[in-house]
Amino acid sequence: MAELEAVIGLEIHVQLATKTKMFCGCELSFGDEPNVHTCPICLAHPGVLPVPNEQAILYALQIAAALECEVAPRSIFHRKNYFYPDSPKAYQISQFDIPLAGAGRLGDVRIHRAHLEEDAAKMIHVGESGRIHGSGASLVDFNRGGTPLVEIVTEPDLRGAAEAAQWARLLRETVRQLGVSDVNMEEGSLRVDANVSVRPAGSTELGTKTELKNMNSFRFLQRGVEAELERQRELIAAGGAVTQETLHFDPVSGSLTSLRSKEESHDYRYFPEPDLVPLAPTEAMLREARAALPELPAARIERYQGEMGLSSDAAAHLATDPDTAKYFEEVLESLTDIEAQVVANWVTGDLAAALRQLDKAPEDRPDPGDLGRIVAMVGAKKISHKSGRETLFAIVENDKMSPEEFVERKGLAQISDSGELESIVAAAVDANPKAAEEIKAGNAKAIGAIVGAVMKETKGRADGGEVNRLIKQQLGT
Amino acid sequence: MADLLELSVAAATARIASGEISADEYFAAWRGAAAGDELNAYLWQVEDGNGYEIAEGPLKGIPVAVKDIFCTEGSPTTAGSRILEGYRPPYSATAVRRLDAAGARVLGKTNMDEFAMGSSNENSAYGPVLNPWDRGRVPGGSSGGSAAAVAGGLAPCALGTDTGGSIRQPASLCGIVGLKPTYGAISRYGMIAFASSLDQCGPLTRDVTDAALLLEALQGRDPLDSTSVGIEGGIVAPSREDLKGLRFGVPGELARDSFEAGVREVFERTLAEIERLGGEIAEVALPSAEHGISAYYVLAPAEASSNLARYDGVRYGMRSESAADLLEMYETTRAEGFGPEVKRRIMLGTYALSSGYYDAYYGQAQKVRTRIAEDFADSFAKVDFVVTPTSPSVAFGLGEKTDDPLSMYLNDFFTVPMSLAGIPAISIPAGLAEPEGGGTRLPVGFQIAAPAFAEQKLLEAAYALEQAIGFDAKPGGGDG
Repeated sequence: MAELEAVIGLEIHVQLATKTKMFCGCELSFGDEPNVHTCPICLAHPGVLPVPNEQAILYALQIAAALECEVAPRSIFHRKNYFYPDSPKAYQISQFDIPLAGAGRLGDVRIHRAHLEEDAAKMIHVGESGRIHGSGASLVDFNRGGTPLVEIVTEPDLRGAAEAAQWARLLRETVRQLGVSDVNMEEGSLRVDANVSVRPAGSTELGTKTELKNMNSFRFLQRGVEAELERQRELIAAGGAVTQETLHFDPVSGSLTSLRSKEESHDYRYFPEPDLVPLAPTEAMLREARAALPELPAARIERYQGEMGLSSDAAAHLATDPDTAKYFEEVLESLTDIEAQVVANWVTGDLAAALRQLDKAPEDRPDPGDLGRIVAMVGAKKISHKSGRETLFAIVENDKMSPEEFVERKGLAQISDSGELESIVAAAVDANPKAAEEIKAGNAKAIGAIVGAVMKETKGRADGGEVNRLIKQQLGT
Repeated sequence: MADLLELSVAAATARIASGEISADEYFAAWRGAAAGDELNAYLWQVEDGNGYEIAEGPLKGIPVAVKDIFCTEGSPTTAGSRILEGYRPPYSATAVRRLDAAGARVLGKTNMDEFAMGSSNENSAYGPVLNPWDRGRVPGGSSGGSAAAVAGGLAPCALGTDTGGSIRQPASLCGIVGLKPTYGAISRYGMIAFASSLDQCGPLTRDVTDAALLLEALQGRDPLDSTSVGIEGGIVAPSREDLKGLRFGVPGELARDSFEAGVREVFERTLAEIERLGGEIAEVALPSAEHGISAYYVLAPAEASSNLARYDGVRYGMRSESAADLLEMYETTRAEGFGPEVKRRIMLGTYALSSGYYDAYYGQAQKVRTRIAEDFADSFAKVDFVVTPTSPSVAFGLGEKTDDPLSMYLNDFFTVPMSLAGIPAISIPAGLAEPEGGGTRLPVGFQIAAPAFAEQKLLEAAYALEQAIGFDAKPGGGDG
């Protein structure tokens, strides 16, 4: 039998970090006491009407722009009708046949659509299972009800579990850098469902898919998809067929259980929401959304690698951390004739280590100019790399001190008088005759002992390369 | 006392403003009158009018009977349904707040067909309203309590809602003025939804001037209702005395429509009156209007099935105590809480929206709606107004049509097309007619419809015609 290829599409719900809910003035919150952020509108009292949140529309337009989606000139809100206590109106206001954003792309994956909707309230099922079946009682917290959501649906362009998780990370990073969502999977501000199917490699038809829910980390997303792919492959290998169903992933056992219950019945009786007029973004809104776009990870990686010549690791690292990337660029700008990769090493290596070891926050980073001057001193061999690192730790610890002050006080400046260094080297060679013999005999490693003696004598103020050169020169090797 | 109750709202506001009568005195007189309600027009009346802060405004001191479909903060609001028994809203409807801001005060909440579904007020969970002209007959619906209160001397004016005729038809059957403004003229916020794309608030009054006065207080864009726009330029008291240069279109289809002989006679007499005032009568065509009822009874129940889904016993109102689990709680609460007509429409609407049927019903009905709006647009290219009888009959007997929903639905035949087109229409009393089968002579309404947001022009024409007709018959008086 032909090898079975994985075909995966993702559906991502992003909670927007607006001040207020999608259709009323209630504040958004996480972790507050239940049912304190409610009003007649989000509790669906008789007679209330929804009013769309302009900020949410703007955020959705920013997401659409970041995903290079086509924006509908007039998109329509629909009612999705279903009975469940998490939906006080018994319908969710969502978008159906004309979503805000149509076809787009992020990285290698095509976006099918993205639309605005409102979140349901949170159900808390009391009892062992944590789910409605078998629970003793169910409680509803309406704080979350009505939170603005953007649902992003991809085309089935992903070909493996790891690839799916990797792409989901890129999406999260992209949305995070837009500043429109907290994108916290554990808190549920980013939720990823996966549509999974397999087909014979090379085929262009789609197999029967299943929908995986409740994967609240990228690791679980990968594990859940892996488990489901394995299940489908085994099923088909055994002559069976995949049934379309919704599966709930249990991260503890790693198992998938089918969700087929009454509340999952499927005729949502969609119809256009008569309480809302079509959503027609103005040219000004579209401009504002595009203008608010920061440089996004994909573009940043390209610029760092292409224009600056950073390694792919360094570029990827900085692209997912825009705050550090901004700092990196500021340090780089304060310098001339220093390779970007060198600066990247300082920022992502030595500085990161200093912050970590001294238990400092990113805000405690030194002035970019200060780090720039350390990098410059090391580059000009005025101080050794080791001394530069020591200086950096010192100014992170004590932000009142300038790098020059520290170098001066500690006497870290390297011996630049070559005559002085030559005589120290000569003395060290004389003091280590055995090592000198070994070096002459071709044991290059033996040089360490003499270098060590020089460094000891100079208290590390000598340039290692220069010391090596002088030793070899004096021994005639 | 009796004198105070005879004053029109406009006259009363003038006297209160001049200090000739006090707001409290006027309110107390009406509270006394309302307390004598024998028509079951009220579901709740304000207990004490004193100590109430009255705003300075054009309606200062005017009591208003408010249909029980408007949320009033802290006061019972049932929409005529058992399922909202005991519900006291935590907020007030924009329409109520605007009346409040204009100095008016809620006198009481009026009876209505459950969730505004009905044309006779017999679908109220709290018993039918009696027609003050003949207590064996219905007042019309669904704003039956509001119409009966104004016609029966229990309120100087009232607030109603009209989805397919629910202001105009009861106004017609009770011999008063009822105005359904353009969809979007008045905020729907706080008006309990029946069919959101059709529901519109409006006044029921004793004359056209009072309707204009209330409309001006009520209309306006409301940030809480995305579909509200208000009426540009606002509304002033009408003063036109003739109809010169105005063209009134009579749908040619009326000739073959069946309606009571008495109604036809009053209608034709009114057309003659229009010509006497210098107006011109022309024939227009509304070829799609005959499908209006069919389209309406798909669209309105479809929206209602969704709007009424929130009444589940979870958060407010009635909750069945007998349920063992969640699903049963939903089912028994709704089975016990809703009346038969509401259930019928929820089932109709649910069916119409079901996948596989949507295009054939909801989609088709939307097309009809568009065609009807186009018919009106074509007509208004030729005439200023379209006129029809408001109702095909005078008030019918209690219980006469309750077993025949279809015949009940046909009561809305003349009013539904304007609702579907979203345009304003007014019903003014045009005369009395003997019902088929004989009995007390009963009011007949004349409906005038205008293009969207042409309320001022509509009120001017209605005013001129009202003055010429001089309808001054009173319930219980005269030729009964």
